[in-house]
Order: sequence, then C-alpha cells, then structure tokens
Amino acid sequence: MSFAHKHIISTKVLSRADIDLILTTAQSFKEINQRDIKKVPTLRGKTIINLFYENSTRTRTSFELAGKRMSADTINIAAASSSVSKGETLEDTAKNIEAMDADVIVMRHPASGAPDYLAHRLSRCSVINAGDGAHEHPTQSLLDLMTIKEHKGTLEGLTVAIIGDIARSRVARSNLYALKTMGATVRLAGPSTMLPPGLEELGAEVYTDINAAIKDADVVMMLRIQLEREGGGKLLPTKREYAQFFALNPENMKLAKPDAIVMHPGPLNRGVEISSYVADGKQNVILEQVENGVAVRMALLYLLTGGSDKE
Amino acid sequence: MKTTIKNGRVIDPAQNIDAVMDVRIVSGRIEQIGKNLESGADEQVIDATGLVVTPGLVDIHVHLRDPGYEYKEDIVSGTRAAAAGGFTSVACMPNTNPCNDNKAITRYIIQKAQLEGFANVFPICSITKGQKGDSLVEMGDLKLAGCVGFSDDGLNVEDGAMLRHAMEYAHGFAMPIIAHSEDESIKNGGVMNEGALSTELGLSGNPWVSEAASVARDIMLAELTGAHLHVCHISSRRTVELVRAAKQRGVHVTCEVTPHHFTLTEQAVRGYDVNAKVGPPLRTAEDVAAMKEGLRDGTIDAIATDHAPHHIDDKNMEFSYAAYGMIGLETALPLALRLVNEGILSLQEVIALLSYKAAKALGIPRGTLAIGAAADVAILNLEHTWEATRQNIKSRSFNTPFENLSMKGKAVMTLRDGKVMHDEV
Repeated sequence: MSFAHKHIISTKVLSRADIDLILTTAQSFKEINQRDIKKVPTLRGKTIINLFYENSTRTRTSFELAGKRMSADTINIAAASSSVSKGETLEDTAKNIEAMDADVIVMRHPASGAPDYLAHRLSRCSVINAGDGAHEHPTQSLLDLMTIKEHKGTLEGLTVAIIGDIARSRVARSNLYALKTMGATVRLAGPSTMLPPGLEELGAEVYTDINAAIKDADVVMMLRIQLEREGGGKLLPTKREYAQFFALNPENMKLAKPDAIVMHPGPLNRGVEISSYVADGKQNVILEQVENGVAVRMALLYLLTGGSDKE
Repeated sequence: MKTTIKNGRVIDPAQNIDAVMDVRIVSGRIEQIGKNLESGADEQVIDATGLVVTPGLVDIHVHLRDPGYEYKEDIVSGTRAAAAGGFTSVACMPNTNPCNDNKAITRYIIQKAQLEGFANVFPICSITKGQKGDSLVEMGDLKLAGCVGFSDDGLNVEDGAMLRHAMEYAHGFAMPIIAHSEDESIKNGGVMNEGALSTELGLSGNPWVSEAASVARDIMLAELTGAHLHVCHISSRRTVELVRAAKQRGVHVTCEVTPHHFTLTEQAVRGYDVNAKVGPPLRTAEDVAAMKEGLRDGTIDAIATDHAPHHIDDKNMEFSYAAYGMIGLETALPLALRLVNEGILSLQEVIALLSYKAAKALGIPRGTLAIGAAADVAILNLEHTWEATRQNIKSRSFNTPFENLSMKGKAVMTLRDGKVMHDEV
C-alpha cells in the first residue's frame, strides 16, 4: 500500500486507509524502540529539520528521537519568535533550509496556517505540522489513535470525550477529524467560554456539563488549561472553580465505562484539569501516549521520505 | 477645446436620463446633452456607439498611501487605477504617514492630484490628531483647505465622549463624521469572521457584534448630536438593520458597502488566503444577502471600494500577521454589474450608487452630467470580459482575491474636466 501525501498538515485530509497505514507502520516501528540497540538504518542519508517557533519539550524530543533512531540526520532550530520580529520571513527561512537539501521540515508555529503556507511554497521538502496555533496537531492525534487502538482493539464505535480549552486546542481539532474518520463519536466539553462556535458543524457533540460528556465514554482525554495566556481572566474566574466543575477526578471518572482509559497530551496541570489520583491511576495511559509518539513520528518520516529497507 | 461623445447610451441617474444621445464638452464642462448634436470641424469626436456613457464614477473610500507608504501606492498610481476603473473622483483616507490631520498634507494631496494625478482627490482628514483618539483636528481650517469629512478609518474612536464631541463640532461646520465602526474590545484581535470556519482554521474570530454594537452607539450619538454620520464598509446583517431603522426615524446617517462585502463570503479565507483578509472581515452568505437587500431598498447609499493597496511584503506571510485590506478600484465596476445580472439592481441604480449617490453621501459636488457640471465622464463597455492580472492592473499593489476571476464590464475611457485620463477604446 502506498502513501499519497507529501505533507502532514491536517488530519482532515487523511482517509481511513491512510490512518490505518500510519498506525500499522507505527506498530512495526514501536518494536525498534523496545530493543536494546534502538537504531535502524532506514532513513540513513535523510535530513530532517525541526523548526520550532514555539517552545516544546515533548514533541521536539519525540521527533528528534524518531529521526535518529532511523539514522536520519536531525537538526533542531529554535527560532526566536515569529517572522514579524525576527526580520527574516518564514518563507525565506524555509527556503534556505530547503536549499540545504533537507528532506523534511517539522514545524511548530504559533500562527494557524503557517505549515500550510510553507507547504505551498516549498518545492521539494515535505512539511510535518508539529502544531500550528489553534489549528491542528496531527501527529499528536495519530499517537492518540494508536494508543486508543492498542487498548480497545478498534476505533470504530468508540465514544471519546475531550475536555478542556477546546477553543484554543489544536489537539482537539485534529482528534475530532481523525476519530470521526475512524468511526468514533467525539464529545467536546468545557466551560462555555472555551467552546468555539461551529463545533457541531465540524462533527462533534458539545457539552458544558462534563459529567454528561464522561458518561459511558470509552476514552476521556483531558486538555491543559492555559490560564497564563492573554485574556485568561475573562474566560475563567479561577483555577479553583475550574477544578471544581471541569476537572477529571476519581468521582466523575466512575461515570465512564469501567474499562475507560484516561489520556492527556501533556504537560499536566495537576489539580487543575486533572486530579493526580486519576493522572496516576490504573486507567491512565498518558506515558504510553508519549511512547507511541516516537513510533508514530518514525512511521510518518518513513512514509513521507519513501524510506526503504533495501539497504 | 471641444469634445463630443457621440451615439453612446447616456445614463445619468441624477437627471433620470437613459437614452442614446451625444454629450458635448466645452472647456472642461458639460455644454450640451441631446440627440444628434452637430459637431464642428474643430471638435474632437469620440464614437461611443454600443457603449454606455455615465458620469465619472465616484469612490468615497480609498487609501492612496501618499505620503509615507509610496511603495504600496501613491497619488499618481492610485488615481491611474481609479481612472482605469471608471472613477474620476476619489475620497482618500487619512491613515498616511504622517497622518492627514493638518492643512499642509491636505493641500499636498489635492495639489499633487491636480498636477500629476488622473482623478480628482477629495481628502478625508482624521477625526483626532494622529488618529490617536484623544484630541480633535482643526476641522474648520481643514474644511477650508478642501477636506470633505473626518475619519479615523482603520481605527475605531473608542472613547464615546471623544466621538460625541467630534460629531458636535463637525456638525457645526456641516461636515460628516465617517466612522470605521468596530468595537475593539469585542473584536478582541479577531482576524476573520467568527464562526465554524474560524474554529476550523484555528484563527481568532471577529464576530458581527463588534461592528453592529459600535454602529449602534455611533447612530445614537448622531441622533443625540444631530450630526451626519457616515458608516464605512458595513459588513453584517445587523448593521444594515440598524442603519435602516435609524433612517426611518430620521437620524442623519448614510452608509457604504464594498464590492467584496456584497460578493464574497468568509469562505474566501479558506486556505489562509491573505488577500481575503480585510477589516471588517468577509462574513456569511446571510450577510451578503443582507448587503444586497440594503442596496436594493436604498438603506445603503454608496458602493465604495475601501481600495487598500499593500505591497507583497506586507501580505506574504502567516495569515494572522498579514496586513488587512485589498485593492478594489479596478474591479468595483464589474463586481457591481453582477448585481444587475442577478436582478437585484437596475443598471441605472448601480451607476447611481457608484456616482452621484456616493458623492451626495459625502457632499462631494460630482457625479452628474448636468449642464455646467465638470466634464467628468466614464465610457463603459458592459460586454467586455477580462481578468485582473498583475500585468493589466494599474495599481502599484496587487493584493486582490479576484485575481484571474472572469470580469464582465470595463471602463474603456475616462475623462476628467474633459481631458482623457484613461483610454482603451
């Protein structure tokens, strides 16, 4: 089976077959990560640039490891800030990187649409979106799907509740599209100030009562609340009240199916959106998400660069 | 110097004329309109057979970027674009650098347009010094210098007392306050219309309320002060309703709509097209329908372009960072003519909205072919089909979402004071 995409910008354009292929490929790479010697020559001679305009520990490290474990040359660029203040335009930066014959640019950027913009301006490089503004974070979504599938055997027919700051969550959007494509029901929940308009049109069920969203769910995914962002005080009164009404705790977790799993893309605000008893409880799969992240990113790098096992 | 434009279909809504006639121009003024005028041997004759002869079009909302941003546009290139679009008069906004808040810049603009330009330019001065929102410009002095109205366009006058006093003071000089009305706190940094599409694209939304709430305030201040309020580039259904209701109860309010707000919806933003980034934002199909209804029932007084040229360096970037605005002078006529094809307006009504009604909204003495009027004339080929390309657009900038879209209708000749400013007959 072949992979028809040159870039990974959005989960919206991925078909069920695409996602199946990515997850199957990732599953086979996961085994490499569990070996004593975690390295294969699959992407030897390929160059991968991690171009990060926003801070990231988890995602950047995950991409870097994914490349290195397949013997690609990976370079990290922590771009100081946006093109506006930096003086060099995003297009110029990216074209310079392309001119050095990079194969893949993995980009995180605070402006929604920036990876799309880049993909339209580069002729040879593939672009992987590692999170753009409040738009999408497709690789996070794919590692989430992989983790869910490992536990549930399938994605079809599952009910997934995603709870938190939906308005500013790229994870919620990417998961909504990918989970819908795979036949799951997606519930989005949070305080009304964090539920943007039009979510139903995009295919979600919308809840302001998280108990109703959790009820009989197979998966409960909590999102980080970023109160430090500008305007935070207009969206929520206090973290205390947020924790009272919108956090996942051992009590409301009982509403989910008995075998439900608890997910979080990290970093966690313990005691705000998630109680430590749940975050560390037996239903949590949070570190498995992180582990699968490396495998999914290996799979994507492999599929995009047409990496071969021939050598 | 005598010129006769012969055998054209003359449409002058101000005089309720629509007939095949000749127009004679003597010494830059309309001398005579009638059938089969005799022309002397010394006269220039323009054959307008099969063409439409109208008053030179009037655009009451453009940005000429001069002084200060000549790399985007200047008075010469901007008025050349105007002439190519059929416009003989434009009113230019004051957000230049330095800001047009004083007599020296107002006179500079008028004189440069007269000496080097291809259309009349009527400057609009800022309401507040430097458009900073805290102190009034010298409105009386600026009126004497040739300013036709006051606007902090691009910015809302947030301070209600400031706007109230600006209206009172301008009213004393019989001058309009021209409001770019968007409540910044409700807009809250939104870069496109708020709705399912902004959610999908992950872009911050600017809801219709930011405009409607601010227009409601402005209308009531106009009601309180008796001043003439002209509302710029309305975009939302509720705004049309507010203006309609205000007119019904006798408030002195006028408004304009841009071709892009009655042609495009927010869907044009899909794909993060920076050329569809404009303030106020493109909205929904319902809003577009409301604009058309407002044009049809007379709530909207003028079609104005908000011609906002930007250099590619100000546009070619991440959507959230790109400058707001699009050019419009050369695409306005064909986009307005679509309303005739759609059966919403008659040809006469479209011409009126683009000429004398627009001029009247700001009290500009243009937009008619009445005997003795300045011989500002547009000759239109309604059947001509063309596409906007970088090569055929006269504006220095080419930020338009209408690139390569098939356009029908073109000004093939434009005369100002009887002199040919644009000629592609």
